[in-house]
Amino acid sequence: MINHIDVSTVLRRTVCDLYSNLVTRPTGAAVRTEIETQVAALPGPTLTVIDFSNVNLLDFSCADEIVAKLLLRFAGAGEPCDDGAPPPPRESYFVFRGLQDAHLDAIETVLERHGLALVAESAGVAQLVGLVDDGERRAWEAVSRLGAAAAEDLAAATGETVEDARRLLDSLARRRLVMRLEQSYVAVQAGGGAASPRPASADGPEAPSEEAR
Amino acid sequence: MTTVITIPPSLDDQTFEQVVEQLAPLAPDQKILVDARHARWASPFGLTALLALAQSRAERATFAPPEADDTLSYWARTGFLRHAEELYDFTKSAPRTRGAGESSVLLEITPVRQSADVHDVVERIQEKSRNILSGELNLDPRATMGFSMTLSEACQNIVEHAGSGGWVGVQAYRWQKRLGRRVVVIAVCDAGIGFRKSLEGAHLAAGQRLSDRWDDAMALEEAVIRGVSRFKYRDAGRGQGLAGIRRYVGKWESKLSVRSGTARIAIVPSWDDADVPLREKLPPFPGAQMQITIPERVTAERAAPERAAAAR
Repeated sequence: MINHIDVSTVLRRTVCDLYSNLVTRPTGAAVRTEIETQVAALPGPTLTVIDFSNVNLLDFSCADEIVAKLLLRFAGAGEPCDDGAPPPPRESYFVFRGLQDAHLDAIETVLERHGLALVAESAGVAQLVGLVDDGERRAWEAVSRLGAAAAEDLAAATGETVEDARRLLDSLARRRLVMRLEQSYVAVQAGGGAASPRPASADGPEAPSEEAR
Repeated sequence: MTTVITIPPSLDDQTFEQVVEQLAPLAPDQKILVDARHARWASPFGLTALLALAQSRAERATFAPPEADDTLSYWARTGFLRHAEELYDFTKSAPRTRGAGESSVLLEITPVRQSADVHDVVERIQEKSRNILSGELNLDPRATMGFSMTLSEACQNIVEHAGSGGWVGVQAYRWQKRLGRRVVVIAVCDAGIGFRKSLEGAHLAAGQRLSDRWDDAMALEEAVIRGVSRFKYRDAGRGQGLAGIRRYVGKWESKLSVRSGTARIAIVPSWDDADVPLREKLPPFPGAQMQITIPERVTAERAAPERAAAAR
């Protein structure tokens, strides 16, 4: 099941119903805590669309509090959370939607600072944003094209050795950029779109897919 | 005995040093009269710094407002006089105004004490800044969002690090003397603990030994150039605000200067050949005072005659 969270709605509900801008750390922390609470309440592995379509401004502090800390917490690779939020479920994946150029400026900066990456979708096209090396990016795009891939499939598609392909898939899975399904992996995506090697489009907000609703 | 502190006719980040020099030998509880009678112009830095000056005094200071009607009227429209009345005893009553009708005042001088104030500042300025930056300064529309982010982070610096409230003001004006172009200037000033105390508390709490040459200049270098925050020992994500401001300044050929204690650090763009990156051993002034200057983008057609004029 795909969960959909409209960040501007969370902002208005948890901080102030007059705000349209995601600025300041306390605001970011409040929004993230609410997202964590919603995600933690879901049973089993989850895929959540974090939708920024109706967010006007996102500053660096809020990008760090919401995006970076959310990924750190659910990737299980980072800092402990000391704000009283419930512990994260074992498997949670995120897709970020409605990111405009100005949002990406802040998000890319904080992702780089923490060595993180995420999946962003725009106009049905998914792509990786943040810190990924060439091998990881090639592997993720190949898995996305293939739909589902085991290490042997990835090796055949990219020319890597099976061992290297397995290492790349494990790395992407640890970073919550692909999901492991028994012996194969699928790229984290919500809209069913193809992966794109191109930079993000700045066409503006898009409606969440029916599937995501 | 009251000591008179004379405000220069033109008050900006450079000439404010004349004010600090006069203050430096005085004890914080020394009674002062801040004499602005002959002031004719003040940048947002000058006005917000005058409020920080009042905050820094243990003994409530007296303020003599400008004598020139147009100057007094402008200072009222910036919101300065309204806030100054709360901090100073005035030698004569200040004119009343309902707010900034002045188009060059992008953001009236506004107190910043808590996160909600930062939200308020950002919500208020967005549409006006879009019109000025794109319409009058010829900047790419993308500069507008970055501008609001920069303003937000500069204000948050007060909330998170000053240990006291501060002030922000934003104005657009033609900077004839240095640049001959229009600029938008953000000024954010406080009289709080300053960068050195903010950082050294964190270093010491983490068991770090301070360098022998630890001083205001080194603290500014750590914070502004290397993005070190006092929260760095418990949150690796901290320190990105000033780094973001620095990137914005670099991207839009703008200027950043930060004064704290006895030092001032600046990211000096190529168009300003009169400033230097670092000044040390300045007369002390508490807190932190930041200025961001975003210049009009000159089109190729306009740049050629300007270059020719400069060469002559």
